[in-house]
Amino acid sequence: MRRVVVTGLGLVTPLASGVEQSWSRLLAGQSGAGPITRFDPVNVITKYACEVPDGDGTDGTFNADDYMQPKERRKVDDFILYGIAAAQQAVEDAGWMPEDEAARERTGVMIGSGIGGLRSIEETTLIIRDKGVRRVSPFFIPGALINLISGQVGIRYGFKGPNHSVVTACSTGAHAIGDAARLIMFGDADVMVAGGAEAAICEIGIAGFNACKALSTKRADNPQAASRPYDVDRDGFVMGEGAGIVVLEEYEHAKARGAKIYAEVLGYGLSGDAHHITAPDEDGDGGFRAMKMALGHAGVDPSQVDYINAHGTSTMADTIELKAVERLLGDAAAKATMSSTKSATGHLLGAAGAIEGIFTILAIRDQVAPPTINLDNPAVETPLDLAPNKKVERQVKVALSNSFGFGGTNASVCFGAVR
Amino acid sequence: MSDIADRVKKIVVEHLGVEEDKVVENASFIDDLGADSLDTVELVMAFEEEFGIEIPDDAAENIQTFGDAVKFIKEAS
Repeated sequence: MRRVVVTGLGLVTPLASGVEQSWSRLLAGQSGAGPITRFDPVNVITKYACEVPDGDGTDGTFNADDYMQPKERRKVDDFILYGIAAAQQAVEDAGWMPEDEAARERTGVMIGSGIGGLRSIEETTLIIRDKGVRRVSPFFIPGALINLISGQVGIRYGFKGPNHSVVTACSTGAHAIGDAARLIMFGDADVMVAGGAEAAICEIGIAGFNACKALSTKRADNPQAASRPYDVDRDGFVMGEGAGIVVLEEYEHAKARGAKIYAEVLGYGLSGDAHHITAPDEDGDGGFRAMKMALGHAGVDPSQVDYINAHGTSTMADTIELKAVERLLGDAAAKATMSSTKSATGHLLGAAGAIEGIFTILAIRDQVAPPTINLDNPAVETPLDLAPNKKVERQVKVALSNSFGFGGTNASVCFGAVR
Repeated sequence: MSDIADRVKKIVVEHLGVEEDKVVENASFIDDLGADSLDTVELVMAFEEEFGIEIPDDAAENIQTFGDAVKFIKEAS
């Protein structure tokens, strides 16, 4: 199989717009949570979320004008805007904008979303109710379809290789990176722009996850303390929004053009729980098998894993993943660090696996594990170092990024320093 | 220029993101003002909303220029 490396990164997160801005705030232990402003949350139970900080584009704020003209932006849901923005950052970071047709045909796009244009669906439904079907925008469907990020990015840069999209709830971002890497390994493309995007902080999104009893509800007085994976007082996840996009590239292709190489995609594993529509199997076997498959493809012994970026959503399921990791690493668990960066970013659903994959790649680049903030009283004892409230400077040569989604879908991506 | 023409021009400028002086009598939405087929559907909807009229699909197909739009709306309203 051909080797695949990461040569470009792009992030739009609740911490900041921009890779280095998001990363430095994550390492500093900051939180992206605050009161909901995307809509008036008067009718919903949870009134806080992790929103992308809008602004003029300076100091890590997100300025939509930097990525799309207002007249184009009107035609797409925000999840597409965030996806295009992170893709633009990643493509520019990789310096890969081929002019020749052959190279464009060898460059593909695989960007997914968990839910897609939920807010557009909500708004258009109200238009039909209030004004009738003749007022439905011709841009509603192409502005809400999940694969339209891949389509838009392909159009923007002329990338004519595989144009695909993943929809596996909260595993989307991880599956997109893993599947895109396989397209390169298999020879269908030399370069893939891959990742996930989400923008579901709207009334129907919050109400829907509230109804599933999945969201934190008790921290309206202090939203920044609400996302607290592994902590005894956790009470659900905090909804986040944004996008994470990577540029994946065949190793020799990247070397030949002198590209900056962040890390290598060493392995990728997938599994299904076959258990329940929203709850993970209590025994954590699905996550365990995904991680084991990823390490198998990587040719890496569990004892070599330095860092795990956990799925860890700040729900009761956190401890199920914890036990699966302990089972995987055995005695080596005592020398590994595992953190949940959702403590800082909230849960970006379909974008989560992508932004966390990027944090994992940066952990390898900078030899540091980002912290699990708000972890004051661990709910269980574990030999794993959960990096409570402080980053851990340590060796990170091999790392896993886990993502598990509704429907019992599990993904784990193994990244490593290029050897 | 009539009030109707001014209002139509404002909609065209807003929706297509074009300079106002490009929106002339025989400017084609698609050939001259950069619209695609979906943009023209949205433009017609915006005209309907602004002027409180209904533009049937077969009539909408004949509205290809700024002048066509102003003429149709004048007759309809």
